[in-house]
Amino acid sequence: MLSDWTLWLEWFVKAVVVTLALLAGFAYLTWYERRALARIQTRIGPNRAGPFGLLQPIADAVKLIFKEELTPSKADRIIFFWAPIITLVPSIIIAAVIPWGPSFSAFGREITLYVADINVGVLYLMSIASIAVYGIVLAGWSSNSKYAMLGGLRASAQMISYELALGFSFATVIILADSMRLLDIVERQENMWFAVVQPVGALIFWIATLAEVNRAPFDMPEAEQELTAGYHSEYSGMKFALFFMAEYQKMIVICAIAATLYFGGFREFWFLKDTIFSVDYAWTLGSWQITNWFLGPLYIFVKVVVLLFGMIWVRATWPRIRYDRLMSFGWKVMLPLSLAITFITATGIVLADIFNNRLYFWAIPVVSTLVGLFTVVMIYRELRRKAYERA
Amino acid sequence: MSVLDPIIELARGLGTTLKMMLERPVTVQYPEQKRQVRPRFRGRHVLKRYENGLEKCIGCSLCAAACPADAIFVEAGENTDEERYSPGERYASTYEINMIRCIYCGYCEDACPTEAIVLGDNYELSFFDRRSAIYTREMLLESVSSPEMLTPQKVEPGKYSRRSVPEMKDPAD
Repeated sequence: MLSDWTLWLEWFVKAVVVTLALLAGFAYLTWYERRALARIQTRIGPNRAGPFGLLQPIADAVKLIFKEELTPSKADRIIFFWAPIITLVPSIIIAAVIPWGPSFSAFGREITLYVADINVGVLYLMSIASIAVYGIVLAGWSSNSKYAMLGGLRASAQMISYELALGFSFATVIILADSMRLLDIVERQENMWFAVVQPVGALIFWIATLAEVNRAPFDMPEAEQELTAGYHSEYSGMKFALFFMAEYQKMIVICAIAATLYFGGFREFWFLKDTIFSVDYAWTLGSWQITNWFLGPLYIFVKVVVLLFGMIWVRATWPRIRYDRLMSFGWKVMLPLSLAITFITATGIVLADIFNNRLYFWAIPVVSTLVGLFTVVMIYRELRRKAYERA
Repeated sequence: MSVLDPIIELARGLGTTLKMMLERPVTVQYPEQKRQVRPRFRGRHVLKRYENGLEKCIGCSLCAAACPADAIFVEAGENTDEERYSPGERYASTYEINMIRCIYCGYCEDACPTEAIVLGDNYELSFFDRRSAIYTREMLLESVSSPEMLTPQKVEPGKYSRRSVPEMKDPAD
């Protein structure tokens, strides 16, 4: 099978497509973010380079390429050189397992729209997402700068704390889908998105990923007011661009993962399942049939764009959370809540199975939401108590 | 105060930002679109003329004396009826303002006895080198509507030989 050169070609083409999509996505995500933030602040944003400022990313890239690259004289040169690469590579290869469309037949063969189909795809996502933090920590360490050092330390502490909640929100999805294979997870959502079955899990996933990709309001590792630029303070030119690229590619990838795990992946809305908008709908044109497979990439693209807008919107709205509160939120709220959510999900599924009653299954979102509200009440009481103690 | 306040307040913040998105951007597309400056705006200096084209400046150097940044340099020359630049005996044969030194305080305007120097509405002052930041008399002088109003003018003898002190007006704005 490995001697089949067409298979190699297919893999190669798909890998190149995914990589290029991420690179182009990074470039235009910067443009998208700047435009969206500008509109929220009643500005226009970059609109000079090309129509609607669409050539702005190219101008930025040219600028960064021609900038001087500095290495601090006491930096650890080898690690300083490798840190941006260690950060960037996971953010690209993580996209390998994300399915971005149903399979279809062309050129006399079945073509699948993912680079790799791993039966423990979720574990792959978890592990690769965690590797990215090494680059950040090493960048902070090797720069020989206190700001970079603190940024790197904050990044590692924050990522470890939020990884737990992230892991449990992955676990709820695994329980719901009864599989770790991302394609199975997408297929199980054809009747109902997991975001509807487990809204609190989706919310925890969302918050944890914001912390995972260092986005506001959890952008402590690069908190400008305190740490100048955090772990990439000492980086300039293309090395800085690599960090920037990694951050934005991680945003895209994490939104794609969120779409896959909770929002039906490349599938349509669950209530459009049997309509013409379904990715399974087959057209008959004379003698040959084509399915709506091309809607798959479109749907996941739209979902990613909407989720990215959510990230930008949150960044434009909420102030950065204080570091100790970030930690106590991660450990005292997110972790217990995600544990409870996992427990509720598992119990609901087991009960629905034992008593053969779907009612138990639909108790999952209700009970989870109640637990979530209870958590909010507890946070409120805690804040009240602290305010009382201060007064 | 209700227990759901933490959530409600967060959502209200999100609502506010989303509402601002629908508002018109306040950006002025500057080089194409220029805003009118305020009436008392102090921009680049202009050397004024009388209606007949003669310069108001008499080269007295009071502006240079008043200038706290020492940005003005004036050299006076003698008027003749053959080559008359301004009414009275003298005119500014050299008048230079260093726009990098100038702090646009407007003291020169106040010091001027003939209301010759006025801070105008031009704020587009950027230079590629220091030398071009020095604005000369020709650059500062108000433009004229017809070529016979250009200075120096040949005038009938004795008509403008008296001191030139124009009628001062209260500022209109």
